[in-house]
Amino acid sequence: MRSVLYLIAIAGLVLGNCVADAEARTIRVTIEKMAFVPAEIEARVGDTIEWVNKDILVHTVTVKGGWEVLIPAKGTASLAMPEAGQVDYYCRFHPNMKGRLSVAAP
Amino acid sequence: MNIRPMTALATLCLLALAHPATAADKPSDPQIAHIAYTAGVIDVENAKLAISKSGNKEVVAFAEDMVRDHEAVNTQALDLVKKLKVTPEDNDTSKALSKAADDERAKLAKLDGASFDKAYVDNEVAYHKQVNGALTTLLIPSASNAELKALLETGLKIFQGHQQHAEHVAATLK
Ligand SMILES: [Cu+2]
Repeated sequence: MRSVLYLIAIAGLVLGNCVADAEARTIRVTIEKMAFVPAEIEARVGDTIEWVNKDILVHTVTVKGGWEVLIPAKGTASLAMPEAGQVDYYCRFHPNMKGRLSVAAP
Repeated sequence: MNIRPMTALATLCLLALAHPATAADKPSDPQIAHIAYTAGVIDVENAKLAISKSGNKEVVAFAEDMVRDHEAVNTQALDLVKKLKVTPEDNDTSKALSKAADDERAKLAKLDGASFDKAYVDNEVAYHKQVNGALTTLLIPSASNAELKALLETGLKIFQGHQQHAEHVAATLK
């Protein structure tokens, strides 16, 4: 009985968290044939960008002088947007692959 | 205009340009697989030479990209021929490509410093241009298996990116 109550309590916590984060979205960018699609994304602070790599090659999402995310071949990587602003990114391995994130304040 | 890479690639050139694919001289799928694989191996070998010889950060980074990508494409090619139960078949084009590449690499091996960097990158521009030309005009149209054709098309997309990247690096060396 007691453990059931615990479970309910935990479920409540989990659900509670979900509700609190309900506003944060996940925005998907597909990488296909050596391009980020869509190349430009508008998001809000707290949103997660998910890059889905359909290519047979490893790509990166690199911000010059900033962060970098590695996306394995046929793999996925994601990153929550920590702050507002506009960043241009590119693939460090294929520098002609470019994208832009415009992140609005929450 | 650098003459050397053009000579080195005369075979592919001739094949791609002088002989618009007719039924008679169309390479078979096993030959196409061999040519494409050989072309990848050549670029990986050139890149490894550049990684060992060059002191230029951008040139080395480019060469590392070439190793990573061409090895990835060739791994896919090997998986595909295995799946299709096709045995890549050596042929005159592959042989001529390898021979020309060996000559080119011997020339590169004698160069050092900035002159090596320039010769390597110029050759990469010319090499990718020629390979992309051969893919577009000969290898892709001649491929009969749909999966092989699709992999060649993927390769073309990747190598077009390499060509642009090489042109960009070449511009920084001037
Ligand atoms: Cu990339």
